[in-house]
Amino acid sequence: MGVPPFQKFLEEHRDRVFRFLVASVGPADAEDCFQETFMAALRAYPRLRADSNLGAWVMTIAHRKALDVHRARARGAVAVAELPERGAEDGARDGERGLWAAARGLAARQRHALLLRFAADLDYADIAAAMGTSPEAARQSVSQALKRLRRELDDE
Amino acid sequence: MSDIERELRSGLPGAAPGALEAASLRLAERAASEGLLDIAYAVVDSPLGTLVAARTPRGLVTLSYADSGVDPVLEQLAARLSPRVLEAPARLDSLRRELDEYFERRRRSFDIEIDWALVRGFARRILAATAAVPFGEVASYREVARAAGNERAARAAGNALGSNPMPIVVPCHRVLRSGGALGGYTGGIERKRFLLTLEGVL
Repeated sequence: MGVPPFQKFLEEHRDRVFRFLVASVGPADAEDCFQETFMAALRAYPRLRADSNLGAWVMTIAHRKALDVHRARARGAVAVAELPERGAEDGARDGERGLWAAARGLAARQRHALLLRFAADLDYADIAAAMGTSPEAARQSVSQALKRLRRELDDE
Repeated sequence: MSDIERELRSGLPGAAPGALEAASLRLAERAASEGLLDIAYAVVDSPLGTLVAARTPRGLVTLSYADSGVDPVLEQLAARLSPRVLEAPARLDSLRRELDEYFERRRRSFDIEIDWALVRGFARRILAATAAVPFGEVASYREVARAAGNERAARAAGNALGSNPMPIVVPCHRVLRSGGALGGYTGGIERKRFLLTLEGVL
């Protein structure tokens, strides 16, 4: 028995991939990033081993595609006007509560660990696989992110 | 779980209703345009119940009665042909139209291209011989075996017809026992009776 039909794989993981991407790159770029993620997955899919951890694997790809967007923005490749702005107003427009808007201000590593934990609902082993780090380091990134968020909320 | 964790879990907007389904269909179309969609499928309603139709870039590869659900059909396709299987109903529009016409008695044969990838060897010759039996006519197992090149292989013919991956389109319902008894049918004998009645044989 090989990997499941791609449609099953897509249906099982598309919701959390999308949530992760909305939180990471914002709603305007999430759809493009979603397409890029699953096209890359489809390309590699027949070469996967049947016992692969598909959930962690697809989040690895999504994580990489989100980083591409962030890098492109940092290079100024994306027009400033298209950038989702940070802050409470933006959060309200996207339907995000204040916390996720605040999370946009975290360092990339902490933010992505936080997203993989609470938006993609991965355990620490899978977060580590997706980010190319150790489970302990993943746990630390999440706890640092939570600490930062708490501090920021207290300051308000 | 702390309050902050609970709020993180609940505070994130998901996709709008239907948005992910639409995104998935766009993905399938893009995959097709880039040559990465090995198998496009659609779930089709018919007077004989739910069917799963699937095609490769070469043509229709299966049309299955979905009595045990859609998943077993997809799993078999993934295991035997390719796991690059995506729902892409638009890719099966012409088949759906031909099926509608057939069930309304406005069509007597199918024009859609066929991909025989799921059928090997002698079974393929049997099904090709079966495809040549016209609407409104019937043949015996022995006759299709003869047309396939081995008159004595009536039993093998029965087996090949029993595992026909494209019932209706490859009309295995038109093959009967020599005495005129209906014989067997993959989708159950009631469906065979329905199809033969539709074609005016019964």
